[in-house]
Amino acid sequence: MTRECKNVWEHISEYLDQQLDPKLLMDIEKHLENCEVCSAILDSTRNILVLTADDRTYELPVGYSERLHARLEKVIRETAKPRNDSA
Amino acid sequence: MPATLEREKELIARIIAGETNLFHELIRPYERMVYLSILTMVRNQQEAEDAAQEVMINAFRHLKSFRGDAKFSTWLVTIAMNEGRQRLRKAKAVHLESLDESKEDREGDFTPAVLTDWREIPSEALEKKEMRQKLREAVEQLPPIYREVLVLRDLEELNQEETASALGINITLVKVRLHRARMMLQKMLAPYLSAAAPARKGFFGRMFQ
Repeated sequence: MTRECKNVWEHISEYLDQQLDPKLLMDIEKHLENCEVCSAILDSTRNILVLTADDRTYELPVGYSERLHARLEKVIRETAKPRNDSA
Repeated sequence: MPATLEREKELIARIIAGETNLFHELIRPYERMVYLSILTMVRNQQEAEDAAQEVMINAFRHLKSFRGDAKFSTWLVTIAMNEGRQRLRKAKAVHLESLDESKEDREGDFTPAVLTDWREIPSEALEKKEMRQKLREAVEQLPPIYREVLVLRDLEELNQEETASALGINITLVKVRLHRARMMLQKMLAPYLSAAAPARKGFFGRMFQ
């Protein structure tokens, strides 16, 4: 682990978001090719983000949508302006 | 997937004009987003569901005040985050948790966990239910200011501008907090996570098809 490693860690987030400027990106990729420690850190971080975005990680309660729309329907009806369609 | 922006604009105009039933259609793509934004703040399913309903009702009642200079989804998630923060603040006395911004500078360095034996952990670990549980627990443990950024960026996949706007902070702060949040998660989860997944191949979603 070197000073260079620490520098790479500071940019992991931007690296994953593809926000690094080309020069820095090149330096970091070069470092990653030769540094297993940093590659492992990068890959584990990426894995965490993949898992975070995975729909199965957070699931909606069963019936959530139905209950939500039922409640909304009530509110919508209550606030609906009385129309002149007295037919 | 969310309706196109054009369709959304049209729906909003028609709802305001009196076709209130269209509100159901308008919010359908965002039900999950609103619920999860709040759940990750209050950590209780029942409360998150109640709060999500409140948010949607509020959005309905105040739809006229939606100006259209932001995206509807950003406007909605702003309401959701505010609701989540408010409820969190109420619970703060119990949890002794701080929403203080001042805490930021005292957090110090965020160094990732170094994985010495990462080759030995099978990538199937990622597919396990327990792993998802571990991740949810780790997210819960993040201080709120980091958690909310992470949730919007990495769970809801909002972009930086939308996240900044929903949280009322600037983009630089979004970046800083996101980086710290990710590093904290990495540190907490490293013992369970392998780097054995194919390196540098895909990104969000693409690895789990």
